[in-house]
Amino acid sequence: MNQITQKPLIFIFTLLIFDMRGNNMAYHSEQLVKELDEIAQSLRMDALEMIYRRQAGHPGGSLSAAEIITALLFHHLRIDPKNPNWEERDRFILSKGHACSLLYAALARRGFFPREELQTWGHIGSRLQGHPDRLKTPGVEMTSGMEGHGVAVGVGLCLSARIKNLNYDVYVLVGDGECQCGVIWEGAMIASKYRLSELTVIVDHNHVQLDGPVHEILPVDSLADKWKAFNFATFEIDGNNMWEVLDVLDMAKEIHNKPTAIIAHTTKGKGVSFMENKSAWHGRPPNDEEYARAISELKRRLSKE
Amino acid sequence: MKKASIRKAYGQALADYGDLNPDVAVVVADVSSSVQTKFFAEKFPERFFNVGITEQAMVDVAVGLALGGMIPFANTFAVLFLRAAEQIRTCVAYAKTNVKIVGSYSGLSNFKDGPTHHVECDIAIMRSMPNMTVVEAADAVEARKMVPAVAEHDGPVYLRISRTDAPILFDESYEVKIGKGAVLRDGSEVALIASGVMVSRCLEAAEKLEKEGIDAYVVDMSSIKPLDTDLVWKLARETGAIVTAEDHSIIGGLGGAVAEALGEKSPVYLERIGVRDTFTETSLSYDELLDHYGMGIEDIIEAARQAVERKGK
Repeated sequence: MNQITQKPLIFIFTLLIFDMRGNNMAYHSEQLVKELDEIAQSLRMDALEMIYRRQAGHPGGSLSAAEIITALLFHHLRIDPKNPNWEERDRFILSKGHACSLLYAALARRGFFPREELQTWGHIGSRLQGHPDRLKTPGVEMTSGMEGHGVAVGVGLCLSARIKNLNYDVYVLVGDGECQCGVIWEGAMIASKYRLSELTVIVDHNHVQLDGPVHEILPVDSLADKWKAFNFATFEIDGNNMWEVLDVLDMAKEIHNKPTAIIAHTTKGKGVSFMENKSAWHGRPPNDEEYARAISELKRRLSKE
Repeated sequence: MKKASIRKAYGQALADYGDLNPDVAVVVADVSSSVQTKFFAEKFPERFFNVGITEQAMVDVAVGLALGGMIPFANTFAVLFLRAAEQIRTCVAYAKTNVKIVGSYSGLSNFKDGPTHHVECDIAIMRSMPNMTVVEAADAVEARKMVPAVAEHDGPVYLRISRTDAPILFDESYEVKIGKGAVLRDGSEVALIASGVMVSRCLEAAEKLEKEGIDAYVVDMSSIKPLDTDLVWKLARETGAIVTAEDHSIIGGLGGAVAEALGEKSPVYLERIGVRDTFTETSLSYDELLDHYGMGIEDIIEAARQAVERKGK
């Protein structure tokens, strides 16, 4: 289960899991995928609205992560918005904290705080800071936004669960540019040493960072080879495909002897044609005309789903 | 005066405290035998994590342990924590996680490994972080007493531990109180306010000063942040002459903290003993190194004379 998988192989693994569970039906129902896709699309619109309203934020990396964050928060994670400090809840750390517009939108929609509060993002006195703040925002597990911390923080959470005999999993979403940080790999080595199968790292591999394409700024390829070399069970998926995201998260749960890395190939700025694959949209807000175009594109896609 | 190892006292206290508090965990970056977390490791292997030479990740792992409800002590040489300054600033101080950073081999106490391993700026950096408490142990007793005090203090703490064997200053009745200085000797003409190993040097200086007719207070200001400003202001009013002494740069450490407090409320003559904005050298002994870089007993005496003379004018 630990070899790097190509997409067709994912399908085979999925079938294997079906067999293991004696379930030959489609693993996730079409209805579920449709619902989650709609949520992801709505979160994209919420996030863009928030960025537009505030005239600040990071559209590109928020849009690329919509399916991943949706699959986790609306389906996969064992969490309870009414009891955000439940000791055995699964933990999600948005290590690429600059994508927080989408996280905030998701947490609000999931019931962690009122949706109207999204309008306060970035205002003095708001519970929604420019980057996630664990002390202020219900549902935010860890303060983030400075790149690189999530993996090692996730390691500590896993170790603490073992000491306290608690049963939860830890999911960390990192960027591909973020994988340039040395501390990511320090954390990976430690996760590997302690065989932290409770830890799943998801790389939002959208190939674009602040200053340009990742392969120009500082190549990180092959991410899959790197994580595998650090002794993670490693999968590659289309991270903007809800089926694949849901399946791979289930597969990661079946790994019991080492941590998992999911290389999620995504499109930076996904869903808004003129933002896609453009580093210019890493951290700039849309103007009136751009915002109107972006929303109409997203609405059109939503109605198709 | 009888001497005892500060770092060993810390390490043994950590292992002892582990019995009392099952939430204490220890992380260390490949220097467990040096910083003496080995005692804890032997007793509580399930709560001990040697993460290799990964100072940045070590701090983040400690943060994760704290998020999970543990009280992690992160350990390495004080100078190596500078690598993790951003981790400490963002994930410990700003995120207000209950992490205890233990900077060992502080100041010039790793005399033989030289200036790469000395640290003159850690207090200045840690002290300027909001939410951070900064304390330093002056002897083995204080180091031992600081373990429960630091563990039970809610929030981030930087604990500074020397590599050296230092004269024993305190008896078992001593209680560490974060935010309070301890007056070890009463005086009237001048107050010597010190932290860490410089406290015992100040006591020796005070004895010599007495023979010259200068009565000097000696204070162990183990709590550098929060600083015991009430005590500083009281001493300033009574004596009008202050000398600070620390194995750290005169910029931004205890001397800086005391200068800020005095300047705001009670300006008096102040002399600072410490590393004078310079990198240092390797030495064959710690005492020789302290003497060479202006932290000798004679330097303290001269500073006290200067402060007293200036106020007399």
